[in-house]
Amino acid sequence: MSLQPLRKIAYGRSGDKGGSCNIGVIAFTENGYLFLHKTLTVKIVKLFFLKFPVTKVIRYELHNLLAFNFILEGILDGGGSRSLRIDSQGKALGQAFLEMKIEIPDELLKEAELFIK
Amino acid sequence: MKQPVRIANAQGFWGDRPNAAANLLRLDPKIDFITLDYLAEVSLSIMAIQKEKDKSTGYAKDFVDVVRSLIPFWKKGSKVKIITNAGGMNPSACTEQCLQVLRKEGMTKLKIGVLAGDDVLSILKKSLKNKLYKNLETGKSLSTISDSLVTANAYFGGEQISELLSAGADIIITGRTADPSITVGPAVYHFGWNWNDYDKLAGATVAGHLIECGSQVTGGISTHWLSLSKKNDFGFPIAEIYEDGSFVITKPKNTSGEVSERTVKEQLVYEIGDPSKYISPDVNVSFLNLKVTDEKNNRVKVSGAIGTAPPSTLKVSAIYKDGWKCEATLGIFGDRAEEKGKAVAELIFKRVSNAGFKLSRTNIECIGAGGIVPHLFESPKDLRECMLRVAAADQKKESLEYFSKEIAPLVTSGPQGVTGYTSGRPKVKPIYSYWPCLIERQLLSKEVSLHSV
Repeated sequence: MSLQPLRKIAYGRSGDKGGSCNIGVIAFTENGYLFLHKTLTVKIVKLFFLKFPVTKVIRYELHNLLAFNFILEGILDGGGSRSLRIDSQGKALGQAFLEMKIEIPDELLKEAELFIK
Repeated sequence: MKQPVRIANAQGFWGDRPNAAANLLRLDPKIDFITLDYLAEVSLSIMAIQKEKDKSTGYAKDFVDVVRSLIPFWKKGSKVKIITNAGGMNPSACTEQCLQVLRKEGMTKLKIGVLAGDDVLSILKKSLKNKLYKNLETGKSLSTISDSLVTANAYFGGEQISELLSAGADIIITGRTADPSITVGPAVYHFGWNWNDYDKLAGATVAGHLIECGSQVTGGISTHWLSLSKKNDFGFPIAEIYEDGSFVITKPKNTSGEVSERTVKEQLVYEIGDPSKYISPDVNVSFLNLKVTDEKNNRVKVSGAIGTAPPSTLKVSAIYKDGWKCEATLGIFGDRAEEKGKAVAELIFKRVSNAGFKLSRTNIECIGAGGIVPHLFESPKDLRECMLRVAAADQKKESLEYFSKEIAPLVTSGPQGVTGYTSGRPKVKPIYSYWPCLIERQLLSKEVSLHSV
């Protein structure tokens, strides 16, 4: 077990839907998905984006793709043309999320490394 | 069993690579349809304002060049058909321009099909007093923004596209059409599916969703982009759709980028909501049984889409004017760069306020010190430089115009090391806010026509 960024066992991308943003997170392996199913809770995601204007977090599960889809409602301050942020479309939020540090079991890290190769 | 239909995308957004369509055909002549998507949420407002100034504009002019670039292929016997929403706010003007270009080259056998009628602004404006057309995101009533509505366009599905193809159209120009529907239309035309073959429509919709953003499914924005071997010429995507609605995503040979399990899965979850209810005008799709199989050599098979009947309503993308904004950037160098940047920004705001102008919203970002995704990570220690980005918004244009004038003076009156003021005063731009809502299908009158060159 060690504190590692999420990107060691998953990948993903983010984009905008009006003032909300979605982040799709995909585990490299089935075991990684099962681990994230327990770890990547709505509560954890809310906590990570605590200082953003998020009104609600929704988690959808796509076990068939080993993926989760997180909707972060309101996070873009109106989004598109209205937001004053450089990342008004949430393009960087997926990358930011993959940098979130969590305690990951060593065997999952090894398994993911093999998948990438 | 019918042969699969091969549908490519050559434009993920207005401003994508101009030579993509010609390159696709040059590298892979066996493409049946090329789709081009030009319309993001705000695009139609920009086009509406262009059209207000000049009645012959209001569409994506770049598309006319695409048509021109394909003439040599048609002359050599290519049967490729083109489907695009480049018509924007003025499909007939776009069509007229394309017809002229084709006429000049003697392409008299080609026909252009046009689909219009997506403009529902007058319908929305007439119903301000009732409770329809509430904002899908905020629940607010339309009457709160009634005076500032600029455009309102409903998303059409693929049905008229398929009809126009049956009528002999070689190029189809539409206004607002749902992004995946420009793939669904030709698939239905090719296989003769019924509009209640929901699982098949669902498959074609997922294919359309995957290719609608161009090279985003062939390596673009992939998490592992940096480790892709070549990045010079990402191939644009091709969906080979089979009669059962399953499909393979691929790209032309001898192009860079990658079509793999990773690129396809990433794009599947791009900008979606509830994956059990991906709603298009054609079908309601569930992603929950999709199966993604990497067949190697840049071919990925996707099957298992499940469809049910679409809702009786269509989505409308309305846009309203929401005041003005201005953003400026300055390079900050030297010891305590972040602190200096923030002090400079506060000084700008203070000077604007002292001059008697109000800014209802402001934002400060020190890029390099964590400004792109604020509050998430610690600032690097001993940071010696950052890019300061200050932005402000207000309903009054004068306030922003004054703000814009207070940027340059910081180069001489601010701290040492403020630099990068070379492009003049930053522009004051109108804000076009997004108002998504729903409309009953029967309120729309679809305007379909076919034009010979």
